[in-house]
Amino acid sequence: MRIFETPLYPYERSPDQDAPAPARHPVVVVGAGPAGLTAAIDLARRDIPVVLLDENDRVSYGSRAICFAKRALEIFDRLGCGDEIVDHGVTWSRGKVFFRDRRIYEFDLLAEEGHRRPAFINLQQYRLEELLVRRLRDLQSEGRPVELRGGSRVTKVEPAADSVLLTVDTPEGPYRLEAEWVVACDGAGSTVRRELGLEFAGRVFEDSFLIADVTMKADFPTERWFWFDPPFNRGQSALLHKQPEGMWRIDLQLGPGADREEEQRPEKVVPWLRQMLGDDVEFELEWISVYTFQCARIERFRHGRVLFAGDAAHQVSPFGARGANSGLQDVDNLVWKLERVLLGRSPDSLLDSYDAERVPAADENILNSTRSTDFISPKSETSRLFRDAVLNLAETQPMARPLVNSGRLSLPHVVRDSPLQSPDADGLPARTRPGSPAVDAPIDDGWLLARLGDRFQLLALGIDVPDDEPGLEVVSLPARRHALLDERYLGDAPGALYLLRPDQHVAARFTDYDPERIADAFRRARAQERDDP
Amino acid sequence: MTRLQTKSNIPDSDGFYDELLELHRGCTKDESDALNISLILLLANHIGDREVLSEAMQVAGNLVKSEFSAPAREDQ
Repeated sequence: MRIFETPLYPYERSPDQDAPAPARHPVVVVGAGPAGLTAAIDLARRDIPVVLLDENDRVSYGSRAICFAKRALEIFDRLGCGDEIVDHGVTWSRGKVFFRDRRIYEFDLLAEEGHRRPAFINLQQYRLEELLVRRLRDLQSEGRPVELRGGSRVTKVEPAADSVLLTVDTPEGPYRLEAEWVVACDGAGSTVRRELGLEFAGRVFEDSFLIADVTMKADFPTERWFWFDPPFNRGQSALLHKQPEGMWRIDLQLGPGADREEEQRPEKVVPWLRQMLGDDVEFELEWISVYTFQCARIERFRHGRVLFAGDAAHQVSPFGARGANSGLQDVDNLVWKLERVLLGRSPDSLLDSYDAERVPAADENILNSTRSTDFISPKSETSRLFRDAVLNLAETQPMARPLVNSGRLSLPHVVRDSPLQSPDADGLPARTRPGSPAVDAPIDDGWLLARLGDRFQLLALGIDVPDDEPGLEVVSLPARRHALLDERYLGDAPGALYLLRPDQHVAARFTDYDPERIADAFRRARAQERDDP
Repeated sequence: MTRLQTKSNIPDSDGFYDELLELHRGCTKDESDALNISLILLLANHIGDREVLSEAMQVAGNLVKSEFSAPAREDQ
């Protein structure tokens, strides 16, 4: 039986179902996809009791999200499962681009040196979810307070004064739960979103895409092949992408108004794939699906005690791997804030910054994926003429190749205007400015991000700092010993201090030691007023 | 501050104009469109300055908009 057909967390009766009144839990996460599982793992690691509800009892059906970018891998490192995930994934750097019946160019993505993790890995979503469930089980066996309830479908969401009432349907009938906080990770068709009556506004794309997972019987190059207007799919596009375990992912654009059922018939798909892959390539069809998509988001991601993350909050086109990757970054941003508010260490307003920081990130992701979609399937005669001219030029003119947009590398959002951020210092490198995720760099025999962990920290490079600010751990490293660390954090400055948040984002930075300014920036990063403890 | 060169900058402007038309001689409408677009892309890349490019797009855009939105003489 394939992993996505195996019940991994079958429904079990919970004592909550027999409780006289709805049991109260600090956090209930709805939906055990990549975002929901990651949220539950992050909360459990912080010893925040969490109940994760999923209507299903197994990982996602078919490969779905298959590209996980470096920032996502760094988040998994922070959660203690980066190695397992990276070991299961594959990386690739070479690709070919085809236009009509010819190969117009090849490329090699030369990844930047000096990072523990590659720019991205390809890994089936079901495999990622399986590894995350495994991590969650490990945490459970260490005694961490996390529960995964399968076969538990949220049907009703009723916000109350200081909690949210959830009605959960199970194979043995419904019961009610009281959650102090709800993290809604229940996907593009979110029930929680619908229950709160929130509008999911954006642009619907009419194109349908057929996606298939195939296993190749013989060797096939580990490359990404993208076809514009190929002979086997006239006027449309096609993508061949490597997955682990000898598997390949094929995306075929069907155009508007395709017949979902008809297109998925293996008798129709197999001859088509044969045309694409060549008659001499033997393959086996593992999974087929037809999908359409929209680029949309809800207006605000925080609604009182309900926090939306991942596809429940925003949906993008699949080009550019900004769906699952952005959901993981939502969770990265949210969980430490939820922890602080739950423990009374920061005011409730800290959670408003989740909204302020992740809504612009969603807009950036929507913009990027919409641009790719518009290049791949031009919506007007003129945009098609431009697209075709770019592709024709690209064959002989390298200048045109950067304009070819079949999906860009998924990069993390750099926060611009956050209430948690302090003004930047002059003269330090742009890529580590406040709002940026900390950039990895090799240090001695390890990595910077591994040293940072997930607490508030003051990274002191070449400046002596007393370790006397409560709750702020000092990590001291010498300047002028690690060339890439210097390049990424110092530039020409002799030393610098970086205030880093628990999600490894830069909150403030300084070129000299001034305890008052540091204390001030530290307060701001926790949304605390001057008089708060 | 305007950075787009709006004064004549091409020596032998008649020769340039002639060469441009010559390039399109015998082309179908589709071929001419493809030619124009390829030229735009090559020249834009050569200029490279995003501000200049935006300014040129604005100037051209405004011209075309005012031309097409102006009421036709016959109607007045």
